[in-house]
Amino acid sequence: MARIEFNNVSVDFPIYNANGRSLKNHLLKVATGGQLNTDQQGRVMVRALEGLTFTLQDGDRLGIVGHNGAGKSTLLRLLSGVYFPSSGTVKVDGEVGSLIDISLGIDHEATGRENIYIRGSLLGLKKAVINRHIDEIIEFSELGGFADMPVRTYSSGMHLRLAFAVSTIVHPEILLMDEWLSVGDEGFKEKAKLRMNDLVYKTNILIIATHSKEQLLQTCNRAIWLEHGKVRMDDDAATVAAAYFDKKP
Amino acid sequence: MQNNPFSIGYLDVAAAFKRHALIALLAWQDIQQRYRRSALGPFWLTISMSVMIGAIGLVFSQVFKVPTHDFLPFIAIGIILWTFISNVILEGCSGFIVAENIIKQLPIPLFVHILRMVWRNVLILGHNIVIFPLVLIAVGKPLGLIALLSIPGFILATINLTWVALILATICARYRDMPQMVGSLIQVTFYLTPIIWMPKTISAHVSAYLLDLNPVYHLLEIMRAPLLGTMPTTTNWLVSLAMAVVGTIFSLAFYGNYRRRIAYWL
Repeated sequence: MARIEFNNVSVDFPIYNANGRSLKNHLLKVATGGQLNTDQQGRVMVRALEGLTFTLQDGDRLGIVGHNGAGKSTLLRLLSGVYFPSSGTVKVDGEVGSLIDISLGIDHEATGRENIYIRGSLLGLKKAVINRHIDEIIEFSELGGFADMPVRTYSSGMHLRLAFAVSTIVHPEILLMDEWLSVGDEGFKEKAKLRMNDLVYKTNILIIATHSKEQLLQTCNRAIWLEHGKVRMDDDAATVAAAYFDKKP
Repeated sequence: MQNNPFSIGYLDVAAAFKRHALIALLAWQDIQQRYRRSALGPFWLTISMSVMIGAIGLVFSQVFKVPTHDFLPFIAIGIILWTFISNVILEGCSGFIVAENIIKQLPIPLFVHILRMVWRNVLILGHNIVIFPLVLIAVGKPLGLIALLSIPGFILATINLTWVALILATICARYRDMPQMVGSLIQVTFYLTPIIWMPKTISAHVSAYLLDLNPVYHLLEIMRAPLLGTMPTTTNWLVSLAMAVVGTIFSLAFYGNYRRRIAYWL
């Protein structure tokens, strides 16, 4: 059972320019009694999301569409628990896994094998679980003899395959993605696709930010169209896809 | 209950301790990364520290005209422990800043990054501390049973350093010139604390200010005095203990209050 509840959620970003970040300026502002406040507000707030209300349940496959800067990434970060809302409430029941930035934490000087442990631990896997899966991961990523070589000697394809193989070991109840993951050459792509489909099939709730109409129609049964941080449209995938992608010139 | 600052702070810290395997792995990774492809690896830490202690020890025992067999162990352990103390505080300042990538992508308790930094420095201390028995052998000084008291001293000092690091990491994530201020403060503290000079060389009424009012002195003493064969004073213990209790409670509330905004500051 997984469930996500957003209730009137807004997110404000404080933007600190070089001035705002200095303690000296902060103290000076206090000393001059807020005068500076009137002509130049020390803190500029950017409203990234405004008044989001929606509920997701088991079986929901949500696509998020919108232009760059519409708030897609911020929404994904809220869902993963990295950001907390400035106002409103976010309730996420269920274990969240994210396939955003799958290369995070990879150390180029360490070997592939070591990196599997680092990346796996960052994703919250226990050492015993990694031990159990390590041969499978190495085999899946087609590293062969390179598993015990430093990652800096890898081709970019090997690098991605390794990151992909480790990251897809987890089977979270709620899966977050920023664009559909597709990696490697033709042979690997097929394998990766099968694995992704399996992962998506097993997850209770999928949330994917995407720019691709085909992907949206293929994967999702519901879609939210974000515009300037607000929900412009929240409906089944086909309706939103029609409205969003056809509006585009 | 879930929303008061203290429990937010406490829950994050408790969750971080549960990720101890991750913390140990990342801390060890940090050290390995620095010395990869070098033949001696982390033992470069030990070697460069020995060179520094040897040089300072020989020069200053001449300057202060104190016998080397007293002065060398004193300065060796003083510098080793000071390196630990100052590094935890200085690296505490950038505790969250350097972990920006992870903080913005994965919902890992933020205190993990502080513990990783503290543990890394404990490992470095472990490499440096081997110099001390060697120095003792060289000057022919025995190590008594009393030395075991430095273990609780070390634990208590580390608790204190950890809460200081937590608070500094939070403030420095928001105010980016804070690390510079802390840096110069640390430098001053080095000279104000009896590390390269011995406490007995100054007069009593000066020492009342320089020693008793200096928190770093108390933390240093509970670790150092037993290793040099003397008991830390009751004042040393009480001050360290009081700071640990008050500091931990305060830092949890402080950290909890800003915990949710740290990701936005980075």
